[in-house]
Amino acid sequence: MEDFTQLSGLQLDALKEIGNIGAGNAATALAQMVQTKIDMTVPRVSILPFADVPEILGGADAHVVGIYFTVTGPAPTGILFILTAEKAGLLVDMLLQRKTGETDIYNLSDMEISAMMELGNILSATYLNAMSEFTQLTFIPSVPALGMDMAGAILDAILAQFGEIADHVLLLETDFTKDEDEVVGHFFLLPEPGSLQTILTALGVSY
Amino acid sequence: MSKIIQVGMADLKITRAPDRLMTAGLGSCIGICIFDRSIKLGSLAHIMLPSSLQAKNSENKAKFADTAIEVVLDMMLKNGANRHRLQAKIAGGAQMFKFSGESDIMKIGERNATAVEENLHKYRIPLLARDTGGNYGRTITFDPETGDLLVRTIGHGERII
Repeated sequence: MEDFTQLSGLQLDALKEIGNIGAGNAATALAQMVQTKIDMTVPRVSILPFADVPEILGGADAHVVGIYFTVTGPAPTGILFILTAEKAGLLVDMLLQRKTGETDIYNLSDMEISAMMELGNILSATYLNAMSEFTQLTFIPSVPALGMDMAGAILDAILAQFGEIADHVLLLETDFTKDEDEVVGHFFLLPEPGSLQTILTALGVSY
Repeated sequence: MSKIIQVGMADLKITRAPDRLMTAGLGSCIGICIFDRSIKLGSLAHIMLPSSLQAKNSENKAKFADTAIEVVLDMMLKNGANRHRLQAKIAGGAQMFKFSGESDIMKIGERNATAVEENLHKYRIPLLARDTGGNYGRTITFDPETGDLLVRTIGHGERII
């Protein structure tokens, strides 16, 4: 399937279910790492033109931290965990069991960068495990790539990979929240256009 | 009243002074400003990829360095620009991700910058200034009145080129 806009309601629901289970596992892993209760929102599937993607993250100028994985296997995809700089600092404090506000996000040490990448590793691995169980497909994540900068700048480097094939991107988005509705981060699954067919077939909802 | 016109990702616009053109969050993408100072007409294209030739889908011409420059050139000339007075400034083309191994995602910024320069050269448009490379994002604002290109970053200063 080359055109995301042709997805049926049933197919969108199947994708949301993947998001639900994958992110559910990832949220549990995150909660264990930071020893705090982490909730998640109901997954959203959006099919967006490239130009509109930065808006989800508070505009192209917003200062964010992105941890990105390319996932290989029968259904190649991308995974992006993205959070505001402020929340990233908070998470690092929690991970390293320090007082809130100790992390200077503009000047991260190797240790702090490593903590953040490890966080990304665990989130993506748990998400992909759930997806594998659900679809019986193998997903192999790359090493994490870390970017800290403007949301637009982080995204365009990733979207460029999809740009040769498509003008739209399919985002499967789940937000992690802490203390009721304070958003901690966004988790995106970005399947390559050809992969979507493979995933949907594995879920039994292909055309 | 002067306006600031937003240019999105894989988008292009042209305008006249006193309006200005702005694009936010350039990473590996490149902002190309082609302008004619004498009539204060300017353009800004936010391209994502070096070439439309390898792409399976090249419908959006603003997405690629080669086709975006072609379209902008045509629009500029139709709006009264003199081909021999056209000049260009560019910014962007960074490598946003650290530790990304062998992936192409690392080199896309550099490939974009090279492609933009080659295409400008092909149309004989002099490149007056460039602020490319590095590992940080840029938000740029172009003023057709003065030909100034303001580059803003997070943690890497602000400059006019």
